Amino acid sequence: MPSLKELSKKEELLCGGHRMCPGCAAPVIVRQILLSTDTHVVVGAATGCLEVSTSIFPYTSWRCSWIHNAFENVASTISGVETAYRALKKRGKLDAEYRFIAFGGDGGTYDIGLQALSGALERGHRMLYICYDNEAYMNTGIQRSSSTPLGAHTTTSPAGKVIPGKREFPKDLTGIVAAHNVPYVAQASPSRWRDLTDKVAKALEADGPSFINIISPCPPGWIYPQELSIQMARLAVETCFWPLYEVENGVWKITYKPKEKKPLDEWTKQQGRFRHLYEPKNRHILKKAQAEVDRRWEELQRRAT
Amino acid sequence: MAKILALTGNEAAAYAMMQINPDVVAAYPITPQTALMQKFADFVADGDVDTELILVESEHSAMSATVGASAGGARAMTATAANGLALMWEIVYIAASNRLPIVMPVVNRALSAPINILCDHSDSMGCRDAGWIQIYSENAQEAYDNTIQAMRIAEHPDVLTPAMVTLDGFIISHGMEDIRLLEKKEVQKFVGEYKPPYPLLNPQHPVTYGPIDFHDYYFEHKRPQVDGMENAKRVAVQVGHEFGQKSGRTYGLFDAYRMEDAEIAAVILGSTAGTARPVVDELRQRGIKAGLLKLRVFRPFPAMEIAKVLSGKKAVAVLDRSLSFGAQGGPLFCEVCSALYNEGHRIPVINFIYGLGGRAVEIENIQEVYQKLGKVAKTGNVTKIVNYLNLRE
Repeated sequence: MPSLKELSKKEELLCGGHRMCPGCAAPVIVRQILLSTDTHVVVGAATGCLEVSTSIFPYTSWRCSWIHNAFENVASTISGVETAYRALKKRGKLDAEYRFIAFGGDGGTYDIGLQALSGALERGHRMLYICYDNEAYMNTGIQRSSSTPLGAHTTTSPAGKVIPGKREFPKDLTGIVAAHNVPYVAQASPSRWRDLTDKVAKALEADGPSFINIISPCPPGWIYPQELSIQMARLAVETCFWPLYEVENGVWKITYKPKEKKPLDEWTKQQGRFRHLYEPKNRHILKKAQAEVDRRWEELQRRAT
Repeated sequence: MAKILALTGNEAAAYAMMQINPDVVAAYPITPQTALMQKFADFVADGDVDTELILVESEHSAMSATVGASAGGARAMTATAANGLALMWEIVYIAASNRLPIVMPVVNRALSAPINILCDHSDSMGCRDAGWIQIYSENAQEAYDNTIQAMRIAEHPDVLTPAMVTLDGFIISHGMEDIRLLEKKEVQKFVGEYKPPYPLLNPQHPVTYGPIDFHDYYFEHKRPQVDGMENAKRVAVQVGHEFGQKSGRTYGLFDAYRMEDAEIAAVILGSTAGTARPVVDELRQRGIKAGLLKLRVFRPFPAMEIAKVLSGKKAVAVLDRSLSFGAQGGPLFCEVCSALYNEGHRIPVINFIYGLGGRAVEIENIQEVYQKLGKVAKTGNVTKIVNYLNLRE
């Protein structure tokens, strides 16, 4: 794997000038991923922030071939492109080597695109699916998704007088994908770029479907200063809210263990979307969230031994 | 040498697909289309094709994967029916708007609710504005012939528009006929090699598909789509003629049967045209000047051409196998009336809604159509514009 300095000299496939928000972690993630391969790629994008902000006609931010079809179907769309690739190769109509990478947000992956993802995983297409998980429907204006954490304020799970934000824990999407028994599944964070790029390299080498769920902090959605995105990603990892692990051919492995697991509070207290939880009447929700993070972390450790 | 095989409509369409040997086919089962893809899967399993067959988890993904494959640069096909078509609706529009020349047999079946697996045209008629060419088949032979021709029409550089080939559920899809098949080599030569203009899979020239397009460009991107569809009319005629030279079966936009001196005429899509033909013959024997206009290409709608054929008739009946709730009649009726109006013909036109959810259309039902037409022709008066055929009211 090349050094950071070497990577910084490579031509980037996602070029500057796109319209993602200042401080958004998603383009950082995309760049880290695309720097991890030297093969030709076709990128698929689900409808969402990344898609609308990088393809405003007559411009495109993509130096590689790129396809957006609709919201819920990036997995089936990229599976079609990958199938075309195999067909054309088989018939001698194409020589070049390609890899296929699909990007979907949590809305397009945890929710509306879950069926298409499951189908594509089961069919065994050699593709890497990346979920850039910013924990709500940010593109439409911060609505709750099944990835939104317990207690978080969104525009459809507002912190109201009676109901204090989202009432459910987030879905364990990475676990759901791992249950498909595909060759490579991982969770990553842009705050640990080497861990992330190593995982991408493994995923692209896997002879079959691979999936990486990547936490993608969102300044306007999570409500924190825009220069703190990587810090927010780091705290999600250090609190074990977002553990870094991989499932390689069925073997679970934690790829980074914080020296000292930080309390969840260190992450939540810096984000406006959890502010109402610090009122005395809502503090029990913070406790409940911490207990669930602990339980899931314990479970992951058990699985990974 | 042409081979004759006893095949159902589904099998005939699958044979056409086998002989085309597309790069990619996406399949998902739905009655009454299932047998078509089963047959195609047999061809794949037996090595009669080297198509990559993807067995997706829904029709939505069938169309999505077909779009991905076609944008990738492959010749891609799928097939569906009824609720399956409804589920893929969103992507049906996207396929057309990306100018991807996908060919899709649609085995016509009624849309739910109530759930019903039998024939009507509510599925394909429901997406008549989606930007797909629509070619209707009268029988299994036509389902075979149309599938082959649709590939050529859709992929023509002046067209680049996806095409659906319809065949009436069960009536055609499960009815067995003697089918005259072309040799596989002839079909291969006829459809030629697909040369995609802007494939994703071109290392020298990466492309962006499906960008976001606002008020400043969206409209300009829609307009050429209209031209592509319009061009399909000319291309369909050319391809139909060329196909005739190969097979002896020439196709146009429609088939005008005994129309030249006809005084009364019915306009019909699909298998019911086959029921109407002997009725016309019988009426002719009795000295009644009846004719039949069997429409083949519904999209693009050959308005001027139809108006020309119907001009001077004393009365016309349009048969619709689907409803358009709140409209002035069925979809075909409204199109025919517009065509006549725009060409300056003031002919009495009546509409018959028939065969919904697989309701039988017998010879006597068609006789009733011509009887009513005769009355209208005599008086010139239309008392009831929209009529329901063979319905308990």
